[in-house]
Amino acid sequence: MNQKNIEVQEMVRKRYEHGWTTAIESDSFDKGLNEDVIVALSRIKNEPDWMTEWRLNAFRLWQQMEIPRWAKLVYPDPDFQDISYYSAPKSAVSPRSLDEVDPKLVETFTKLGIPLEEQKRLSGVAVDAVFDSVSVATTHQQILKRQGIIFCPISEAIQEHPDLVQKYLGSVVPQGDNFYASLNSAVFSGGSFVYIPAGVTCPMDLSTYFRINAKHTGQFERTLIIAEEGSKVSYLEGCTAPIRDENQLHAAVVELVAHKDASIRYATVQNWYAGDDDGKGGIYNFVTKRGACLGDRSHISWTQIETGSAITWKYPSCLLKGKGSVGEFYSVALTKGKQQADTGTKMIHTGADTRSTIISKTISAGKSDSSYRGLVRVMPGAENARNYTQCDSLLMGNDCGAHTWPYIDVRNDSASVEHEASTSKINEDQLFYCQSRGIDREDAISLVVNGFCKEVLDHLPMEFAVEASRLLSVTLEGSVG
Amino acid sequence: MLSIVDLYASVNDQLILKGLNLQINPGEVHAIMGPNGSGKSTLAQVLAGHENYTVDETRGSVVFQGEDLLALSPEERARQGLFLAFQYPVEIQGITNSSFLQTALNEIRKSRGEEEMDALDFAQFLKKKMELVEMQEDFAERFVNFGFSGGEKKRNEILQLAVLEPALAILDETDSGLDIDALRTVASGVNRLRSPQRSFLLITHYQRLLDYIQPDFVHVLYDGKLIQSGGKELALKLEEQGYNWIREAEETLPA
Ligand SMILES: Nc1ncnc2c1ncn2[C@@H]1O[C@H](COP(=O)(O)OP(=O)(O)O)[C@@H](O)[C@H]1O
Ligand SMILES: [Mg+2]
Repeated sequence: MNQKNIEVQEMVRKRYEHGWTTAIESDSFDKGLNEDVIVALSRIKNEPDWMTEWRLNAFRLWQQMEIPRWAKLVYPDPDFQDISYYSAPKSAVSPRSLDEVDPKLVETFTKLGIPLEEQKRLSGVAVDAVFDSVSVATTHQQILKRQGIIFCPISEAIQEHPDLVQKYLGSVVPQGDNFYASLNSAVFSGGSFVYIPAGVTCPMDLSTYFRINAKHTGQFERTLIIAEEGSKVSYLEGCTAPIRDENQLHAAVVELVAHKDASIRYATVQNWYAGDDDGKGGIYNFVTKRGACLGDRSHISWTQIETGSAITWKYPSCLLKGKGSVGEFYSVALTKGKQQADTGTKMIHTGADTRSTIISKTISAGKSDSSYRGLVRVMPGAENARNYTQCDSLLMGNDCGAHTWPYIDVRNDSASVEHEASTSKINEDQLFYCQSRGIDREDAISLVVNGFCKEVLDHLPMEFAVEASRLLSVTLEGSVG
Repeated sequence: MLSIVDLYASVNDQLILKGLNLQINPGEVHAIMGPNGSGKSTLAQVLAGHENYTVDETRGSVVFQGEDLLALSPEERARQGLFLAFQYPVEIQGITNSSFLQTALNEIRKSRGEEEMDALDFAQFLKKKMELVEMQEDFAERFVNFGFSGGEKKRNEILQLAVLEPALAILDETDSGLDIDALRTVASGVNRLRSPQRSFLLITHYQRLLDYIQPDFVHVLYDGKLIQSGGKELALKLEEQGYNWIREAEETLPA
């Protein structure tokens, strides 16, 4: 057993492959947060007055709020005055075409597996590449435009499509929603805006790739996706950051709006730097993601693969308003080292015949701690609402923890709410069986873990699924005690 | 092919194999019979490298294909051409039979410096092998042994044997739990896989299997040792007289 424990320790100590930095000159704000900083931020982005006011309003709300402490997470409060709220490469001043993008930035994204040159792009995905606080390139915009689809950085949308932004920004996640959402509302920069007109099926997957590079900065992106009646879109989000000893703050807000018969699939592969084995460094990831199924038969599906961050606090949710609307949440959360994750979802059924599905797979290794926290609420008006929840935890070794906190609040007797949960240790018999077929122990573990996550991985677009499954393997290799 | 000399092995500090000797040459089919609990599966698991079994390496040796088998990890043994059809095959949810087998085959090929087989070629290859063991095509896309009946699991073991094409195949009670038709297909699958280079070690409780697979040698395992060896006729005698005469013979032997 001892020998095996050592083997395990060594294998868990897997390197983080995106931990390098880009040497690039940046314009950054001094550390600190006050109304002047917010006004300056709004100015640098050339925003209209209503936007500046909106930010200030959020900031005032935030100042009266408390850091949420109900999650099963232990960390020192971030010092919000010790963070810079804006950092952008000097060369990233709104390039007109991809040829004008700083080669250093192109190289950075190429190294991350995101080649920006359009002709080299794997067909089928348009990318908005965000570096610290700004978007440095957005591909395929012209092709999309021909169908009336808008895919651009949120800062550009504020300039070019103010009516849409004003109508929908904060409509799903209000400025005063929660501590981190309010902070984001005050200081957001970076993030994407997507608008799919009625009846249009977006011809390619849209994606945003977030890269934190600068020191002492936080990243506060904001994404807003609107799907008009009968439209369809699939959106992907990826993220990485360099290895740094300090903790860096990431507080994002994502809002989705699905009108009648519209469908939005939102997938995330979260691979922020997780900190070292002693818990030094790593991203604090506090994210508010919410989708509103406004129209009848609308459909929102969240899929997330969470492998990074020192702290994860994230509950992608669905408000099921439209009659017969559908919300889904498929999640894999993998923690190792001293990572802590408290993640799950909220399904709020207000409309009749609404349905939701929650599949959560939690894998804990090392000394990490992982919690699923989910709320299923059926309001009085939601006749015949249905929910199915399944939470499975897989433990690797004896020093990690897995917890499940399901909250069920049903206020209509016609509702059907089902909950299943399981916790197990990785099965040695399965590993030996694989080994006896010539598959080494590490590959056997990743095979078994991938099998455990299959139902979730199946909901990712093909390319992403391959990447996610590879990521699970490199992150977990051999973490058996 | 395989040379076992004076093998002592224990599980949970209990000595199970007590000086077992066995020599298998290329192309030979050996059968080991013995009462329940005599250590048949222990022998199979020891040869496959299960870590719960401790071999007393100060006493004997196991040489496979000219190498010290006991020094190899389970996956290295498989790559050297050793295969065990499990008495109790393991279920793996979420992994399809075909991707499991493709992964396994390619690991083995890689270790031999051979080219990996791509998904398309493998699909065709697998299809042929499934025909060989009369398995329906949809089993390729079902999860490994998941929800399979007992008989289907055993048949799946033979499919794996057919795909991985080992030098030595150990079948641990592959016949138990099979009805007569399933037994026939399994046996004919094995028979078709026989070759001058490939050896088999059939572990069985009943001689029934040997009606379909003609062994070159039959051994009786009793109290951790092979106490009798012979040809097919030994299996028939066991069938007729049970294991008692062996036991009695054994116990009247001078110590
Ligand atoms: N994992 C184990 N733990 C404890 N005892 C075991 C284990 N495996 C086998 N044994 C014991 O070893 C002996 C031989 O078992 P086994 O090799 O399975 O016999 P057979 O396959 O011939 O029926 C039995 O007494 C059995 O109880
Ligand atoms: Mg047995």
